[in-house]
Amino acid sequence: MSAPKQKQGTVPVAVASFAQTPSLRRIDQANEVELLMPVIGEVFEGTGLTKDDVGFICSGSTDYLIGGPFSFVMALDAVGVWPPKRESHVEMDAAWALYEAWVLMQEGVVDVALIYGFGKSSLGDLDRILAMQLDPYVMGPLWPDQVSLAALQAQTMIDRGQATEADFAAVAARARRAALSNPNAQVSGDSSVEELLAEDYVSTPLRRHALPPLSDGAAAILLVAGERAYDVVERPAWITGIDHRVETHALGARDLGASPSTAKAAEMAGVTDGVVDVAEIHAPFAHQEILLARELGLGAETVVNPSGGPLAGNPLMAGGLIRFGEAARRIWDGTATRAVAHATSGPVLQQNLVGVLEGES
Amino acid sequence: MTDETLAPVTMLSTPIRLEYDFTAGLAQSRNLRGYAEGKFIGQRCPVCNKVYVPSRGSCPVDAVPTDEEVVLPNTGTVTTYCVVNVPFAGQSIEIPYICAQILLDGSDIAFMGLLQEIPTDEVRMGLRVEAVWVDPEDLGPTLASVKYFRPTGEPDADYETFKEYL
Repeated sequence: MSAPKQKQGTVPVAVASFAQTPSLRRIDQANEVELLMPVIGEVFEGTGLTKDDVGFICSGSTDYLIGGPFSFVMALDAVGVWPPKRESHVEMDAAWALYEAWVLMQEGVVDVALIYGFGKSSLGDLDRILAMQLDPYVMGPLWPDQVSLAALQAQTMIDRGQATEADFAAVAARARRAALSNPNAQVSGDSSVEELLAEDYVSTPLRRHALPPLSDGAAAILLVAGERAYDVVERPAWITGIDHRVETHALGARDLGASPSTAKAAEMAGVTDGVVDVAEIHAPFAHQEILLARELGLGAETVVNPSGGPLAGNPLMAGGLIRFGEAARRIWDGTATRAVAHATSGPVLQQNLVGVLEGES
Repeated sequence: MTDETLAPVTMLSTPIRLEYDFTAGLAQSRNLRGYAEGKFIGQRCPVCNKVYVPSRGSCPVDAVPTDEEVVLPNTGTVTTYCVVNVPFAGQSIEIPYICAQILLDGSDIAFMGLLQEIPTDEVRMGLRVEAVWVDPEDLGPTLASVKYFRPTGEPDADYETFKEYL
């Protein structure tokens, strides 16, 4: 056996293990270390690897959610970094931490990397906290909430005839139904589009179902390079392409009805070089799934968000990494041979990361 | 469109206030509740046997839960210290005062405490100290339940006994 042909990089790197907490509205019994410990423990379980095998640790989190400085340093208590190890952190979703690890692994000196992300939406007023990502001169002082910004995007799509409110409801209905088989989901159920359309608006044209739940949670992944991946998992999920792109910080200068950063990242990662069996899309709002699926170049043959996606559970800073884990899981179990994982960060899809995962056919 | 008569904006003020709930977690909650009973409660690592006070619930070296609870004594050793002579906004203690790293007997990590009842020029590494608690009716789940530490009068601890904790 050998890894599928790499589109990028020279060292084949695979997603070899994945663990996540359930997404819950409020985890107030555990501090960040206590939240992470079971996840870090589980990600090593059954892999034959221990923390001593890890050559690089990279995490994604943000102090703005916790309201305290250097929270990522304290979170390391859950990992046990002794003897000292190479370690890094991104103030972004942990999918970008995975990207950093992938880049480092291309040097060929590290063959096992631990990636984790954690975030609690329950500790403060998320609408105000997320307004802090906006530029501090023009947008920030207006304190626009994330739902209103997403609603502007959704309305743009409607005005252009790209989607309807019923389409948003259809996305949510499908996500909730898919989430029925996801034990980590926070929102699941069997609702018809008609039932969902009867809900009140939160911010026109978005109704409750088109919004992600507020979630606390954490996730971890082990990346393993080269042949060693076969010691961990029978059918590794090889990262054959990965890329991320960023759009301008100025919302007024962006076309919210498109996502050129996603399209470019998808092109560079080689999404359309083959059939995509499964795509896990980090679309916190229902309309964004429609927009992103289009920009990723996905067709009708692709199963989108079989986990339920972010509409079923949305722990910030871990949600993008969970997309990689959920996509990889379907390669490991043979459900998919080629999968796409997408992650987003920043206001209304400002930054987007796309990975292509492949198993031997 | 620009109005030539208007001076350019060179500075703006954008007030920000965010409020948060703090999650102490299980381990630290036990430690904080200990203060309400006038006790220092730490946790022991089952692998390396080190006792952390307060514990965050995990041994940062071995990454295992520190489930075993340990009630620590009132006494400890000053591992290092600093004499604060500089006034700053919000200062609640009269300067000069001593801020000391205190290693409670039987624990493996020092924490910061206020040291009183000793002239500032007599404080030293190895000084043996004890906690003075607030009156029982004022005890609460906060380190403020410890009024300060003061010398016990015992001979100084040997440097060898605390050199690993500096």
